[in-house]
Amino acid sequence: MSLAEFLNMGGYGVYVWSSYGLAAVVLIANIVIPVQRHRLQRARLRRRFRQEQTTP
Amino acid sequence: MIFGNFFHKMASPPWFYRVSGKMLPWFGGAFALLLLWGLYGGLYLAPADYQQGDSFRIIYVHVPAAWMSLFIYVAMAVCGVISLVWRIKMAEVVLISSAPIGAAFTFLALATGSLWGKPMWGTWWVWDGRLTSELILLFLYLGVIALHGAIEDRQTAARAVAILAIVGVVNVPIIHYSVEWWSTLHQGPTVTKLDKPSIHVDMLIPLLVMALAFKLYYAWGLLIRARSEVLERERNSKWVRDLLGEP
Repeated sequence: MSLAEFLNMGGYGVYVWSSYGLAAVVLIANIVIPVQRHRLQRARLRRRFRQEQTTP
Repeated sequence: MIFGNFFHKMASPPWFYRVSGKMLPWFGGAFALLLLWGLYGGLYLAPADYQQGDSFRIIYVHVPAAWMSLFIYVAMAVCGVISLVWRIKMAEVVLISSAPIGAAFTFLALATGSLWGKPMWGTWWVWDGRLTSELILLFLYLGVIALHGAIEDRQTAARAVAILAIVGVVNVPIIHYSVEWWSTLHQGPTVTKLDKPSIHVDMLIPLLVMALAFKLYYAWGLLIRARSEVLERERNSKWVRDLLGEP
């Protein structure tokens, strides 16, 4: 099977690959966004604790 | 009672935060491995369907996503009962952390179903039992998220979403049996027939692998979100200060 045949998916390539592409976008976003938020949250808490220490 | 002890400890926020941090890469790694196996089996090894050709390969995202949409909602309802009856805070955390992941899987089930329906049925959408009840499930997930965000008081919010999760669970058997109760374009059950699944084993194995991969993805995403929620709730406690404050 050639790569072009594989990508063509027997004529259904558009539907198959949009399904997989959409799934990839949604699943990746659902990890990246909360990981990023958690990182910011930790940085915010660190800042707060540092400020409390310098200005008691 | 090792398991009882495990769950007892899970309810302790500092213990949960520390151990879940160590578990994260394992869930992510196991998910990635199973995903590669499932994709290879589903997109390459499995033969084309004798009726649907290669379009049937959408099944490997559509069906596991649809299964997860139901599984996560039931998990949320169970957490709702636990948080109402026993007032266990971790159940509230798991409930609200599950909702965005469940909504994502429900959206994927609907969208990939549409992309499969167009070439097979000739239409993107039809207002039949299966599709409509799955759309209602999406609204239930969004409702849980919106309700939680709209109520300022944490205890009231937790109670409200617990009740919504429990009431909404009646929709789950409706979705499952919809293809038998009402006439529909959606095909009947292929895998969960009691006698013998009407699917070839080379097609079935990647499906089960993908289903397991999505389960691990849920566990992975749930831990990430639950850690944020725990940290937010415990931001004034000593263990958070010890963890993130200057030594």
